[in-house]
Amino acid sequence: MHPNPASQLDPPATPAGPTARARHGSLHRRDLAWYLDKAVGIVVFVGGVSAIIFILGIFAFITKEGMTFIFGDMNLKEFFTSPNWRPTDAVPEYGALALIVGTASVTGLAMLVSVPFSLGAAVFIGEFATGKVRESLKVLVELLAAIPSVVWGFIGFMIMKELIEDVFGVPVGLGILNAGIILGLMAAPIMTTIAEDALKAVPDTYREAAEAMGATRWQIILKVVFPAAKNGLLGAVLLGVGRGFGETMAVLMASGHAIQLPGSIFDSIRALTATIAAELGETAAGSPHHGALFTLGILLFVVTFIINLSADLIVRGIRKKN
Amino acid sequence: MFEATALNRRNERVEWLWKVLFLLMTLILVVPVIIILSVLVYKGHGAITWEFMTEMARSGGREGGIFPALVGTIWLVGVALLASVPLGVASAIYLSEYAPDNWFTRVINLAIINLAGVPSIVHALFGVGAFVLFFRFGASILAASLTLAIMTLPVVIVATRESLQAVPRAFREACWNMGATRWQTIRRVVLPNAVSGILTGVILEVSRTAGETAPIMFTGAAMFIPFLPQSVFDQTMALSYHLFIISNSIPGVAEETKYGVALVLITLVLAMNALSIAFRVYLRGKKKW
Repeated sequence: MHPNPASQLDPPATPAGPTARARHGSLHRRDLAWYLDKAVGIVVFVGGVSAIIFILGIFAFITKEGMTFIFGDMNLKEFFTSPNWRPTDAVPEYGALALIVGTASVTGLAMLVSVPFSLGAAVFIGEFATGKVRESLKVLVELLAAIPSVVWGFIGFMIMKELIEDVFGVPVGLGILNAGIILGLMAAPIMTTIAEDALKAVPDTYREAAEAMGATRWQIILKVVFPAAKNGLLGAVLLGVGRGFGETMAVLMASGHAIQLPGSIFDSIRALTATIAAELGETAAGSPHHGALFTLGILLFVVTFIINLSADLIVRGIRKKN
Repeated sequence: MFEATALNRRNERVEWLWKVLFLLMTLILVVPVIIILSVLVYKGHGAITWEFMTEMARSGGREGGIFPALVGTIWLVGVALLASVPLGVASAIYLSEYAPDNWFTRVINLAIINLAGVPSIVHALFGVGAFVLFFRFGASILAASLTLAIMTLPVVIVATRESLQAVPRAFREACWNMGATRWQTIRRVVLPNAVSGILTGVILEVSRTAGETAPIMFTGAAMFIPFLPQSVFDQTMALSYHLFIISNSIPGVAEETKYGVALVLITLVLAMNALSIAFRVYLRGKKKW
């Protein structure tokens, strides 16, 4: 592992040429410090690539466990088109459609609820609020993002459930609406933070130029800041989608956990993540059911990978342009 | 000449309206959460007594305290930190001090982003496939902590990289000019100036690790164990999993107990998080360059 000369933080090159080398012999030492330096270079390089190793490792191990199912009982058409997930029946059925629809409906509702408010909050924090108000709101949003998902699930299970039952008069307040609201509240702080970063990345000169033309603050936001920040805002929404899609504990507790294609937002559903969480404990390693749950994991991994990749590409796109 | 015209006044009114609208949108996100947290405090504070915090759980968590879950969470977080802090700091040192700006570094960054974005339940599947089954650790603190460590690695990497990059380049140049090697520079100049920022990241990671549930469900957390873990190869109770179990799986747990556990967990997590934020603000105020 040799440091690349293009690196920003490279130490200056040692004087070149034989005479210079003789004169500055101490720069070409092979002492303990030199060997230590090389050794540390290797150690930190291993640390640096660890993230790649882990991502590949995650994919490798969930694929390895999923193989028994993929090359065994899996029927691709049944998997994606049948709503019957009955892995414990005498003749097991592995249709993931209801789970996919469940995850999609909860994530969709969550985004519907939280995208407008998150972007609105980002505009207020980034463009209107100043000084202490702004700093306190930012800290508050950061704290909201830290609430553990099991606590959100608990809130859905204990508080939101009763609230929905009282307000809408439905028999059981667990379902798409409950999980959607909970997920929306969970995803909002992240979207707000990233959207605010995107707004902040718009150069002040844009705003000043518009202001000099007599535009009001709102006109500046709508006509100048939004168009300039639209990629970053899209990236923020995508990351919110990724968060909602992959959330486990909150959806497990708030969605009611019935395997069905939902007919209304009060219906109970089962999400992909929640299915794994609920069933993995009961399966024996190597069984088709075990493999089927890992196959759901592969699906989750691939979709979140695509979402994160596109969010990153979109956000990097704006950074390059600026 | 500079008197407000009718248009100016109209614009001002419109602008004020928008400002209020956006303020309302912010409040709609923040206020319900504050109300919910108040409900947790209101319904849960009665359960929290000295005995609740220090006694062993009895009859599946219906009676007694949460001591074994608290101790278990400390074990899990401690072992996870032992694994992830050295690795995360090494990774951040590479990215900040060594990595050239090329495609390979971009791949590393992408991997870090994805590591943070992979659903927690997929990390759990990985933990089962790799640590529990392949490396034969079984369901144990070791398997659960390693799963948590990999999941929260991006937190340490990002925080450490930021604090390393906040150290001015001139500090490094001055040291190189004295003939120090790259590692001597990092060890004697860069790290001492960044250590408090790294600490901020570590505290943040503690807060994240303590609250996670899904990754430990099948890798080492147990529903109910009437004794404390003795080694990293034991299973353990954990606060987050305990909350899930008593509210979802065990019938007949008093409502106050459930709210009490939720309150303890969220207080722990938010307190660590607030500590990390306060530390960061304090450091920003103290910065000399």
